[in-house]
Amino acid sequence: MSETHSHDDDWPYPHPQQPDIEDGPLTELMIMIDAVAELLIDKEVFSADDMRRTLEAIDSKSPAEGARMVAHAWLDPDFKARMLEDVNAAAEEMSIDAGTIPILAVENTKDIHNVIVCTLCSCYPKYLLGLPPDWYKSRAYRSRLVREPRAVLKEFGTEIPDDVEVRVHDSTAELRYMILPMRPKGTEDMDEEALAGLVTRDCMIGVTVIDRD
Amino acid sequence: MSARFIVGDRVRVRQAYPPGHVRTPYYVRGKEGVVSRMIAEHPNPEERAYGRDGLPPVPVYRVLFRQNDLWQDYQGPEGDTTELDIQEHWLGPLEEDGG
Repeated sequence: MSETHSHDDDWPYPHPQQPDIEDGPLTELMIMIDAVAELLIDKEVFSADDMRRTLEAIDSKSPAEGARMVAHAWLDPDFKARMLEDVNAAAEEMSIDAGTIPILAVENTKDIHNVIVCTLCSCYPKYLLGLPPDWYKSRAYRSRLVREPRAVLKEFGTEIPDDVEVRVHDSTAELRYMILPMRPKGTEDMDEEALAGLVTRDCMIGVTVIDRD
Repeated sequence: MSARFIVGDRVRVRQAYPPGHVRTPYYVRGKEGVVSRMIAEHPNPEERAYGRDGLPPVPVYRVLFRQNDLWQDYQGPEGDTTELDIQEHWLGPLEEDGG
């Protein structure tokens, strides 16, 4: 950890120290990950550069990919039908790599509001939404969303009327989920790029809806 | 392997607690739901987690549960639901056991 210091001799009060990443506890799992990675590289199963390249590719994914698909689906009903049938194939049409794990898009309607969780671990459609936010992986979100979804949504500032069904999708097995949000009113004049700009990560997880105000 | 259930079938999740890499959460075990979608067959992750091939592949279904069936004291409207993917060997017809 860096020494406590002041930036200016005239200002005697030090600012609080920021811990370095090595200051956190080193868990058994972290040691095991490093050991296994070193072994695989030593045995030439893959190279250090392969691993770096893969991590870089994962880190470079962002919700913009999912947002492009949503905007395209809003404008093209045939594409939307294909996307609801098979997201991975629909992504390929747009030259978006959705990965090999099948993703299912579930559509919000005036009658159903969908929201996703993975209660067992933290399954998430990374190829289309990027890395998940920390709260998505938290025990609180994972255990409470299935138990009291409306209370959790309210904490995100989202109130769903009682006559709209709240449907929780628990990503327990072979599929990953993303939400196809409803297109907001008053967007009839917007082009695809502008529409994609309205589509946020959180509305594709389902913890919020698109509100233009 | 041919699928044992079709969309619309009422099913009950097995109430069993085997050890291992099980993808059926506790909160749906013993609960009743309705098959809402067929998912392709997949190698069994309960086997693959231990280095085996998980073959033959197992049919997987999406099953829709009413929140009121999952939680006795669910605080929300009647219509709220939870939907998840369940492997065929975790499902039985509703009549088969009393839960």
